[in-house]
Amino acid sequence: MDGLPILSLMMLVPLAGACACLFAGASLARWIALGATLVTFLLGVVLWSNYQIGGPQWQFTERADLFAGFSYALGIDGIALLLIMLSVFLMPICILASWDGIRKRVGEYMAAFLFMEVLMIGTFSAQDLFLFYVFFEAGLIPMYLIIGVWGGDNRIYASYKFFLYTLLGSVLMLIAMFWMVAEAGTSDIPTLMQYDFPAEAQTWLWLAFFASFAVKVPMWPLHTWLPDAHVQAPTAGSVILAGVLLKLGGYGFIRFSLPMFPEASADFAWLVFILSMIAVVYTSLVALVQADMKKLIAYSSVAHMAIVTVGLFAFNVQGLEGAMIIMLSHGLVSGALFLCVGVIYDRLHTREIARYGGLAINMPYYALFFLLFTMASIGLPGTSGFVGEFLALAGIYQTSSLVALVATTGIILGAAYMLYLYRRVAFGGQTNEDAAAMGDISPREWVMMAPIAAAVLWMGVYPESFLAPMRADIAVLDARLAAAAPASDAQLAPGTPRADAANALPHHENADHANDQPASAGEGAH
Amino acid sequence: MNTILIIVFAPLLAALIAGLGNRMLGNVAAKSITTGALLLSAGLSWPIFLGFIGGTETAEVVQVLKWVESGTLSFDWSLRVDTLTAIMLVVINSVSALVHLYSWGYMEEDPDQPRFFAYLSLFTFAMLMLVTADNLVQMFFGWEGVGLASYLLIGFWFKKPSAGAAAIKAFVVNRVGDLGFMLGIFGTFLVFQTTSIPEILAAAPAMSGSTITFVGMRLYTMDILCILLFIGAMGKSAQLGLHTWLPDAMEGPTPVSALIHAATMVTAGVFMLCRLSPMFETAPTALMIVTVIGAATCFFAATIGTTQWDIKRVIAYSTCSQLGYMFFAAGVGAYGVAMFHLFTHAFFKALLFLGAGSVIHAMHHEQDMRYYGGLRKAIPFTFYAMLAGTLAITGLGVYHLGVGFAGFWSKDAVLEVAFARGTQISVTAFWLGVVAALLTSFYSWRLMFLTFWGKPRWIESEHIQHFVHKTPAEAGDDTTGGYHPHESPVSMLIPLGVLTIGAVAAGQVFAPAFLDSAAFWAGSIFYNEPLIHAMHAVPYWVKYSALVVMLIGFAGACLAYIAKPDIPAKFVATFGALHNFVFRKWYFDELYDAVFVKPAFWLGAKFWKLGDIGTIDRFGPNGIAWVVDRSATAAKSIQSGYVYTYALIMLLGLVAAITYVLL
Repeated sequence: MDGLPILSLMMLVPLAGACACLFAGASLARWIALGATLVTFLLGVVLWSNYQIGGPQWQFTERADLFAGFSYALGIDGIALLLIMLSVFLMPICILASWDGIRKRVGEYMAAFLFMEVLMIGTFSAQDLFLFYVFFEAGLIPMYLIIGVWGGDNRIYASYKFFLYTLLGSVLMLIAMFWMVAEAGTSDIPTLMQYDFPAEAQTWLWLAFFASFAVKVPMWPLHTWLPDAHVQAPTAGSVILAGVLLKLGGYGFIRFSLPMFPEASADFAWLVFILSMIAVVYTSLVALVQADMKKLIAYSSVAHMAIVTVGLFAFNVQGLEGAMIIMLSHGLVSGALFLCVGVIYDRLHTREIARYGGLAINMPYYALFFLLFTMASIGLPGTSGFVGEFLALAGIYQTSSLVALVATTGIILGAAYMLYLYRRVAFGGQTNEDAAAMGDISPREWVMMAPIAAAVLWMGVYPESFLAPMRADIAVLDARLAAAAPASDAQLAPGTPRADAANALPHHENADHANDQPASAGEGAH
Repeated sequence: MNTILIIVFAPLLAALIAGLGNRMLGNVAAKSITTGALLLSAGLSWPIFLGFIGGTETAEVVQVLKWVESGTLSFDWSLRVDTLTAIMLVVINSVSALVHLYSWGYMEEDPDQPRFFAYLSLFTFAMLMLVTADNLVQMFFGWEGVGLASYLLIGFWFKKPSAGAAAIKAFVVNRVGDLGFMLGIFGTFLVFQTTSIPEILAAAPAMSGSTITFVGMRLYTMDILCILLFIGAMGKSAQLGLHTWLPDAMEGPTPVSALIHAATMVTAGVFMLCRLSPMFETAPTALMIVTVIGAATCFFAATIGTTQWDIKRVIAYSTCSQLGYMFFAAGVGAYGVAMFHLFTHAFFKALLFLGAGSVIHAMHHEQDMRYYGGLRKAIPFTFYAMLAGTLAITGLGVYHLGVGFAGFWSKDAVLEVAFARGTQISVTAFWLGVVAALLTSFYSWRLMFLTFWGKPRWIESEHIQHFVHKTPAEAGDDTTGGYHPHESPVSMLIPLGVLTIGAVAAGQVFAPAFLDSAAFWAGSIFYNEPLIHAMHAVPYWVKYSALVVMLIGFAGACLAYIAKPDIPAKFVATFGALHNFVFRKWYFDELYDAVFVKPAFWLGAKFWKLGDIGTIDRFGPNGIAWVVDRSATAAKSIQSGYVYTYALIMLLGLVAAITYVLL
């Protein structure tokens, strides 16, 4: 493997595919896109299997100096590896999800997706601050086009809202980046992660980055672009939006805000906690009253991502690893839930929950997949959702029991809105004739759902596969944060242990027990 | 190959085959595979249990797979087998195997049989994972897993809207408990830096004097941890406050009620308390709460049981009440007694439910006891089985003869130990338990008399009317409507027979081991030897109190439902408000609907319409867009193209600049 620039290759394949798609007819473009994404996925498997757990922190590094200190530098640690795997895993599924649903400008559509894959891999593997910025921001463009060109009726409003929100935050981040490079004299991300910025500068740098990442996550109250974008985006667009683009915010926190500005992160943890606590309760309740399936899942995403931010700012290993696992899990699960919506949307062309009902009768396997992903979404143990939520909440409990209490109410509210959705879609009688006539999932849809289902269960039963690659990197981050970490609010204070058990009685019969009833005359044994 | 691996994973494998194979596999294959797996598990469980009684088995832990390792937080998939687990193994696997068998007959006409049997086996697997857990997180896995299976089985007839609603209610109310359980696990990890149960139990006494802050409150560490964990137990075991899901869960098929909502899943809370008993013994306040909640539930549920008409709901409230007994037994420190009642209750309550199922089967899906009557002759086998179950639950037995039905041994032990504990709270619990025993006897005999005695009232049932194509008027004096109830098929009668043996003999046979043998428990629970001695030493009036109230309850029911059947109506007319309060289940559902459900939807709608759309979007993106639009309009009007406009602006700018420089 040495010397093979595999990260560049993983970007080159979809890039070439994208160029080919632009000039290909509809049918050919679909096959090119599928082929390119599958090859990229296979390269991803090679990448993962060659990643050395316990090896150097940054692996597969490539470097080419360009101009003015700006360089084309790639390299990944375990955190980036897992997020790249998530991206390349979801991509072929997205192409399949668009197979029949997209009928106009197929070549351009496929090209947009392939470009997006290039940019996502680039974002996660960039080791130069400005290279990261270019990839990070350029990712907006294909998504903007996917919503704006192939979206629903109100796509223009949604695409503008998406674009403006995400861009405005990023402008502040760019300014901060220039200042940082001037201060530290390098744009190398690994170096910057070890650089100690002055405490007072950290405050505004943190806020500038926060503006960008909080929009991406999205955190309350910057979340309103997400439901609109999801509702208007085509199915595959929603999958990528929920699956990968939302993770850019979390990745930003874990790669930039926390290691580069640890003191400021600790100082602003209260802000993150308050916004996250509001988000869990507020958006869960909003999800409860939605009549549109995609909107419901979009709001649920905001609630789930709030647990990510809570975990990230717990300043301990469980919180950080939990947040990472939620990101991976949510990428799979919410992506799969959007696919589930897409499956029935393709048949009936409506996202209105009330138009369905009783689908467990005519679509039993669909109902089974939908159930699995619903359960994973509400964090049933044995699925990926549980591992992440459990670790993140266990992490935050060590910092603040109040935040843990409020964030954990998400498991009640999450169960309420997801099961309420499931009941209205899959349970009940067949009230709508056209919904009752829909056929069960096709082989193509099986191929989309089954791998995600397998991954969800794998991550739930044996998450070690996913925890091991990032363990060392999280440990490094945790060590860097240790100095700034806030104290636990538990304040466990030792005391003199009780001498006896709570229900201890003196060990002889008929003695005068304290508090005891008078001993009786009649006694015996059963 | 280790036996426990087969016991636990055979049901899972069977569930997967039957569930995924479904219609491809066919009914008979799916039923055979699942039932076979359960018979195998049950067959392998009994030798282990008897081995613990005989002292030939020792506790062991089988590691299966690493689960999670994150910093210092690490836990595995592993199977623990000790005395406590062995008891649960025989209870779960025996009842589950019998319920599988019973369902061959009961679900005969259902179009979805593979799915049903797959769910049953899946449930059994989850329950086994719960009771074999060696760490709190795996216990939580089983805990939520049985919740999932319960959700699926309550909603099994999902076409009925009421089934879907009951399924959600069960899951969400349980999740409220699980919130407590999860926080309890987090707290335990924070304090002990482990989730391993043996390690926690070993370290707990040393922490008993320590204090901790929880959400701003300064509390004894062990008290708050145990209270949080107990909230989880309250949810799963339907204790007062979190009980509302259990009666609604009767929407599921009756075999499910017998297995999940009587014999096994709902006892998980009691199991948890016993498993963690050395930990709870370091938390006096938490145990006080356990006793109070248990005694209150025991009384409260029994009152409701006396007024319900649906045969399954009566038994459901009875279950709730009996669970209360188990909890207050645990609360006063008699964990062995709690487990003993759990053990005997599993047999007689499963018997009562399956018997009720047999009645419902015979009465063409009618569940309302007002339309039963006189069924003794029509379904004699079911009658005798139910009679045995009733004698067991009401606890018939005579202390001086040393003979009694299963409930006599365990329920009397619960009452005696509460009395023997001697604190104010435990004696109050004793008295509530005695009153509840009276009520238990009354509603149990009421059920029997309404169902099996008296004249048939069958024609008033809509189900029967549909079947015989007659209205009550057409039937005239023949109140049977010409309907002939049939005894259930053999596949349903065998389980009834086996459980009858359990209901009659389980107490007699196993009392010495459960109650008096520290060697049997072998450290798997906190065994309070002085308390057991004190229990045996209580006065005779205490020992006979349960029998006396049982006879009073029997006489009362006899009077009201056989001798003078107009008494209940008169009672209702006289004490209308009281009856309504009890009949409407103390208005818990109405209260929760008004306090939690409606406000949640109302708040959700308000947050959405007024928060997201009305505030954030209005002043955020849309507001900015409006400002930009207006500014553009303003800017446009300045750029008019006329030279004098530009000249004026230039002049103004010049004046402004000069003013600035000069000042």
